[in-house]
Amino acid sequence: MTGEAVLELRQVTKQYVMGDVTLNALKNVNLVLYRNEYAAFIGPSGSGKTTLMNIVGCLDKPTSGEYILNGTPVAEQDDNALARIRNREIGFVFQNFNLLGRANALHNVMQPLIYRGIPLGERKRMATEALQNVGLGDRLHHLPNQLSGGQRQRVAIARALVGKPSILLADEPTGNLDSSTSRDVMTMFDTLHRAGHTIIIVTHDQNIANHCRRVIRMMDGQILSDTATAGKEENLEVLRRV
Amino acid sequence: MHTLMESLRSAFQAIRAHALRSFLTMLGIVIGVMAVIAVVSLIQGFSNSVTSEFKGLGANSLTIQSYLPRKDRLAGKVAKVTPDDLLAIQRGVSGISGLSPILPVGRFYGTVKYRNRSTHSRILGTTPGFALSNGQYPDRGRFITPDDDLHHHHVAVIGVTLVKKLHLPADPLGHYIQMSGQWFRVVGVLHPLGQILGFDQDNRVLIPYGTALSLQDAAVVPDIAIQLNVNHTKQMDAVVARITEILRRNHHLKPGQNNDFKIQTPAQLLGTFTKVLNSITLILGGIVAISLLVGGIGIMNIMLVSVTERTREIGIMKSLGARHRDILIQFLIEAVTLALIGGTIGLFLGYGTGLLVAHAVPEFRGAHVPLWAVVLAFGFSGGVGILFGIVPAAKAAALDPIEALRYE
Repeated sequence: MTGEAVLELRQVTKQYVMGDVTLNALKNVNLVLYRNEYAAFIGPSGSGKTTLMNIVGCLDKPTSGEYILNGTPVAEQDDNALARIRNREIGFVFQNFNLLGRANALHNVMQPLIYRGIPLGERKRMATEALQNVGLGDRLHHLPNQLSGGQRQRVAIARALVGKPSILLADEPTGNLDSSTSRDVMTMFDTLHRAGHTIIIVTHDQNIANHCRRVIRMMDGQILSDTATAGKEENLEVLRRV
Repeated sequence: MHTLMESLRSAFQAIRAHALRSFLTMLGIVIGVMAVIAVVSLIQGFSNSVTSEFKGLGANSLTIQSYLPRKDRLAGKVAKVTPDDLLAIQRGVSGISGLSPILPVGRFYGTVKYRNRSTHSRILGTTPGFALSNGQYPDRGRFITPDDDLHHHHVAVIGVTLVKKLHLPADPLGHYIQMSGQWFRVVGVLHPLGQILGFDQDNRVLIPYGTALSLQDAAVVPDIAIQLNVNHTKQMDAVVARITEILRRNHHLKPGQNNDFKIQTPAQLLGTFTKVLNSITLILGGIVAISLLVGGIGIMNIMLVSVTERTREIGIMKSLGARHRDILIQFLIEAVTLALIGGTIGLFLGYGTGLLVAHAVPEFRGAHVPLWAVVLAFGFSGGVGILFGIVPAAKAAALDPIEALRYE
């Protein structure tokens, strides 16, 4: 791996206290991710991959350990600082799209820019461009429920990318999509990776994971394996058979 | 600023999305503001019409009447303003005009008859000066003349109410009416003055003061009222002081003894009236304002429901980088918008109600909504929105993003 580190986790532990039981969701996780990586966090439910994603996405804070994002330690930041980091450095794509139901595609994509204080005209321009990039230039004023699942996920991707984040963080992005749409979405991630984006996909699906260039396998709150894969076209073949 | 505008847009969107629910939520505020505005507009309208009637009395006129505190009256004391006092004022006070005595015939109302009809009316003995000090002149015929007074002529100038009640001819001049067993020739019809506080000012008969005196028991000194006009407003205080001095001397009052008479100006009357009315406005307004609180609780209730319903939406916004403050402002603005829309609707409905009632009640000059009531209604609705919106908004802002995103 070359290039500058985008994020670095040092001895990150996350504990949840439930009554008398302390649950170790993450145990001393060390991880470095570099710019333009295309990584998958894979593991069964309860493996800690979601907790890891929450911490990487600054939705949650580690109980102990350090998390350095773009050279800034973020583990100690307050909620408002984390919100700011989420806004500028992280682009989320969720399994169930998580679009705002009352807002059309354009307004959904404009939403993160509001919190950055970008003026309306500029917001519109940026959002329109982002939607055009995902091939939805003709769906700007459609509401989420007027769009297909694949289109909704593309709106979500446009929303994640509109603020030009350091990391695109996708949580089971194909979990709610049929296989052909899943292929389209994965192809889009490939394209984004080629365009220089840093992408993390959280999944339990080996085929999706194989599609990435690096697979980080989680089990019981620890990293079980961390392997580079070819991420070649044959993986797309694998995906096609799903 | 952008967040504010966006919050406003999003608030309208959310309100529209649940139009019926939003309307029902607003209803409390709508009714509250409507009631406040209706009550205030009616009282203020009433106040305005009374004020303008009082103004017709003339700002420079003074009325002198005998006055005893209740406990002195119960103790059997008697106070009178007498014809002697009238003479003393006439001789001793300068800078006045329209000095006229008013001698009621009968204690309150006397019986007036015309042919086979009779009615009760205020019968007042007075002099030509009455027309000036009251600003009431005859529309038809003439007023009482000095000659009438001097020779105790049996003539009467009547108000329009009497013409109606007694079924007098449209031109009653020259017809005879009967009062206190005596016949009086109608020589004039007064210009209508309308009502003050429900008191019909046109139900009166004016006869010469001398005539009225002659109708009384000669052995009893009559208690009269005296009206006069002060020529220059600046001299008002000086004139009042001078009259007080003369009357005290005439009544043999010792220093330290209270006046047994009262000198009143229309401004004083009006002042008292306005004060009372303002208190009523405040009290009624205050009572009705409680309904605004109830409306506020309705808003809080719905906002809490809304926060729960939109937990996921809040999670999404937090994942997109919304800060605590952004979420707080958004929900607060939604609550305030709800309240203010309710307030606006209530304002118009309240004004409408006021106008409607004003139309239904005759001799009412119309509802009047003072600016302070509008500002108050808006301020109050906005305040209610903030007050009852802050709890749900804080609850929304405090949501944990992960929990909120997981919420189904």
